[in-house]
Amino acid sequence: MVIVHRNPSNARPDVVVRAAQPGDLPVVVALDAEATGLEKSAYWKERFAWYANGDRGRFFLIAERGTEAVGFIVGEVRAWEFGSPPAGWVFAVNVRKAERLHGLGTILFDAICTRFRKVGVTIVRTMLLKDEQLVMSFFRSMGMMGGPFIQLEKRLDP
Amino acid sequence: MKLQTATRIAIHAVLELAADPGSQISAAQIAERYDISVNHLAKVLRTLGRAGLVEALRGVRGGYRFRGNARRVTLLDIVQLFEEVDSVKGASREPGAHTAEGRALHAVLAEIDDTARATLSSITIATMLMLVARQPPTSPARGRSAAGASPRR
Repeated sequence: MVIVHRNPSNARPDVVVRAAQPGDLPVVVALDAEATGLEKSAYWKERFAWYANGDRGRFFLIAERGTEAVGFIVGEVRAWEFGSPPAGWVFAVNVRKAERLHGLGTILFDAICTRFRKVGVTIVRTMLLKDEQLVMSFFRSMGMMGGPFIQLEKRLDP
Repeated sequence: MKLQTATRIAIHAVLELAADPGSQISAAQIAERYDISVNHLAKVLRTLGRAGLVEALRGVRGGYRFRGNARRVTLLDIVQLFEEVDSVKGASREPGAHTAEGRALHAVLAEIDDTARATLSSITIATMLMLVARQPPTSPARGRSAAGASPRR
C-alpha cells in the first residue's frame, strides 16, 4: 500500500511511504553509510531478505519524493523476548542529510506506528547509544520515554 | 534525581517563555504562576540571558522573551548553567575514593550519571512543551491546572 503524506506542516510536499523493494538496496546502503560512515552492503542485503518475505509484522519502509528515496525506517513486532508481550521495535531510521528538518522522520515514524497498530500492538520501542543525541532527541520528540527495561552488558575476558 | 531550586526555576521560566515565543512576559507573571520569589527568578533570568536563552526587553510593555531554538535547546543546556550534572566528577578527592570499594561505588554512580546526562541531553524544550501539553489537568482543589493556568497552551 502506498500512502501520500502531506504533513506535518514543515514537511516537503507529496512524500510517499511505501514498502522497500529489492531495487532500493543501493540507496539504503548509501543513506546508512552517509549517517554512520560505514558501508554495510552484506548486512542490508540480509535485512532486505528478512523483511521482504512478507511476514506479518515486519516493515521496511521507504520515504520517496518524486522518484527519489530520501529515507527509510525498519521495524518489526517481537514477542516474549525478555518477557515482553508483543511490541513494535524500530531498529533503524534514516533520512538523507539534505532532507532533514522537513518532517520526513516524523512521517516515517508515524507510518510504521500505523502499521504496528494494524497488526495489534500498542507499544513501540527502540534502543540506541546514549551518546546518539540527535537520534535520541528525535525519538523523544515522537513522544518516546524510558521504558521498563534496562540494558546490561559485560565485557568477556579472553 | 533532585534539581536545585535555581535549576527548576530556570526550566519553568524557559518553558513559560518558549510556549509563546512571540510574546513578552514579565518576571512577576512568571513568579506568580510558579509561586517563586521574584528576586530569585530575576537572578536566574540574568543567567539565562547571559547564556542567550532569554532576552530582556525594556519599556512599558517590557518583559522577557525566549530567544533560543526550542527544537535544539535541551534540558541539559539549562541544567548545566546552574549545577554539575556529573556528580562523580570530583569524587576522586572524597575519603575512601582510592580504595577498591570507592572505585566500585564510583563505577555505579558514573552509570547513573551517564543515564541522567543522556536523558537530559535528549529532551529539547519543544519536546518538554509537548509533554506539558499531554499532562492531565490537576484538580482545582490542588492548585492551578497545568493546562488551564496559562490560556496560551
